[in-house]
Amino acid sequence: MIATHAATVVRSDLPGRALRLAAILVAVVLVAVGLDLIRDPLGPDRLFAAVYGLLGQDATAAAILERGLHPLQAKLTVMAIALVIGVGGVWLLYTGLDGAVDLLPGGWRERIRPYVFLGPAMAMLTVFLVIPVIVTILASLTEDGGAVANWGAVLTSPEMWLAFRNNVIWLVLGTGGSVAIGLLVATLVDRVKREALAKTFIFLPLAISMVGASVIWKFVYAWAPEGEQQIGILNEVWTWFGNEPVPWLQIPPLNTVALIVIMVWLQTGFAMVVLSAALKGVPNEVIEAARMDGAGESTVFFRIVIPMIQGTLIAVATTIAIAILKVFDIVYVTTGGRFETEVVANRMFQEMFVFRNFGQASAIAVILFIAVVPIMIVNIRNLRRQGIGS
Amino acid sequence: MTAGTQTEVAAVRGTSSRRRPGFLGHIGVRVVIVLIAVTWTLPTVGLLISSFRSNADIRASGWWDAILHPLESTWTLTNYDSVLRADGLATAFVNSLVVTIPAVVIPITMAAFAAYAFAWMRFPGRTLLFALVVGLLVVPLQMSLVPVLRLYTGVDLNGTFLGVWLAHTGFGLPLAIFLLYNYISQLPGELFESAAIDGASHFQIFRRLVLPLSVPALASFAIFQFLWVWNDLLVALVYLGTDSAVATLPARLNELVGTKGESWHLLTAAAFVTMVVPLIVFLGLQRYFVRGLTTGSVKG
Repeated sequence: MIATHAATVVRSDLPGRALRLAAILVAVVLVAVGLDLIRDPLGPDRLFAAVYGLLGQDATAAAILERGLHPLQAKLTVMAIALVIGVGGVWLLYTGLDGAVDLLPGGWRERIRPYVFLGPAMAMLTVFLVIPVIVTILASLTEDGGAVANWGAVLTSPEMWLAFRNNVIWLVLGTGGSVAIGLLVATLVDRVKREALAKTFIFLPLAISMVGASVIWKFVYAWAPEGEQQIGILNEVWTWFGNEPVPWLQIPPLNTVALIVIMVWLQTGFAMVVLSAALKGVPNEVIEAARMDGAGESTVFFRIVIPMIQGTLIAVATTIAIAILKVFDIVYVTTGGRFETEVVANRMFQEMFVFRNFGQASAIAVILFIAVVPIMIVNIRNLRRQGIGS
Repeated sequence: MTAGTQTEVAAVRGTSSRRRPGFLGHIGVRVVIVLIAVTWTLPTVGLLISSFRSNADIRASGWWDAILHPLESTWTLTNYDSVLRADGLATAFVNSLVVTIPAVVIPITMAAFAAYAFAWMRFPGRTLLFALVVGLLVVPLQMSLVPVLRLYTGVDLNGTFLGVWLAHTGFGLPLAIFLLYNYISQLPGELFESAAIDGASHFQIFRRLVLPLSVPALASFAIFQFLWVWNDLLVALVYLGTDSAVATLPARLNELVGTKGESWHLLTAAAFVTMVVPLIVFLGLQRYFVRGLTTGSVKG
């Protein structure tokens, strides 16, 4: 009601109205021109030529159109245009639409306005997530010979079963490893002062891409025949103990474990930081009271601390499990799924890009989707229990 | 998610460390922590050192040898020179910047408006739409790969920066809206009420009050999305492809692994080139990142 009052003030203000209408027009024109320039590979050339033309430098303009811009200049121009229309354009669009709402009859204004604020985000979600989910489910049932062919192939092929088996190993060892080591470090760090540096070192891999991590660890796992100089540190240490060098990435099922180690290395920092925060929330008095009653360190840890941080433990494990479920980059970069290291997401990529079996690729995606549906339901249910923001 | 919010509150309240075990136990704890930290760091250190060694040296001795005998080793920058020029990593670096900056800024803008609407406006369908956003948080992006690829083929967006920006915006929005909502809904409502009494519209409240107050949340999502987009391989491969004019750093590094798998002097330098920007951003803005993590992070 108060906002309606404010809107009435705006409405009676005629220059303001004109300004807003102008903003809408500018936004539409700007976005249209910008999109056109970005879509056209020669867009930046045209833009620069037009600017030089306006400045009266016709010769320069002609030269640009003839020879083209430097690729770097062209790319940065495209980025600048994107930022201008992506931020400026979107911003003007909101301003304009918000102004347009003010022109509506009184009762409608505050009814429509929320949808103006939500509109662009919801439109993007619809196009990039909601519709694709429906389309992918339908595609798995209708394309490339239909549901029986797609799902039959996906559920019976030996490669897929290998991928399923490996994904389960990944989920168990990867999630378990990250959470266990993360919890161990968080607990230990909770007991000493000046722990920040050690934490940073464990945390740092979180900034590294899976592709980068794969290269780092391929180098750790590097193998040379016995008697030659080992350049991978793992084989150097391994042979130092008198063992024969091992090609870690080629022997199943050891290689899958070696790949999981990469993921654990990446994710442990996340588990550590979140669990560390949770541990700090366990009140000192509770722990002191238990010790007073004669509880040993392990009893305190397993009977008191763990139950108190249980919610966070589950949240962390779920987050890591979801990431691991979709693991793709590590396998794709290191082994490409050879030597029995196949996983579900890599299988999907292969069906999609190598074999162009869109029906089967869709069925594999749906399997990943089904795996997260329970988590989705729990999240939404929690939301309902809390009520949103009310 | 609930747990996340609690832990953040807890983290703020948390005070001293609990030094219960005796002196010896204390030393033991330290040793274990240092051991784990060293194990976690060694792989990266090996990569970094090797990237400054010549190909011959890398083959002749392990990188640890160069630490033990730093003066007898030859150190060189030629690896960086050749990956940046000959292997096109300089171009890929620019491409990654061009992909990442708009793909971070655009979803933040859209998500901030949406989060404000969810937090401070009342309208029919609010709960339902917010439940949809929360549901979409965990949807694997594999579900979108094929349909969006086909859509892009139809509208000629495959292999364009615009296509990747839009895709990253769409995939990043659920987490963006969720994180920003968590923050914006906790802002003091009285402030907005008194502003409204003074005649401020929703738009003015959003721009003058909510945005400036939300800088920490905006920053923490920006870091998430930056790391996610910069480090992404899958979306870049599918919608941009491997053509060197548009390929991003991870896509290019992946190519190198395929074509020059045994040239460790090049791979190590190339890997470090892809890592340097995220490492700087991460170390510089760690505090915001940790705050983002502890307020809930479930990404689809």
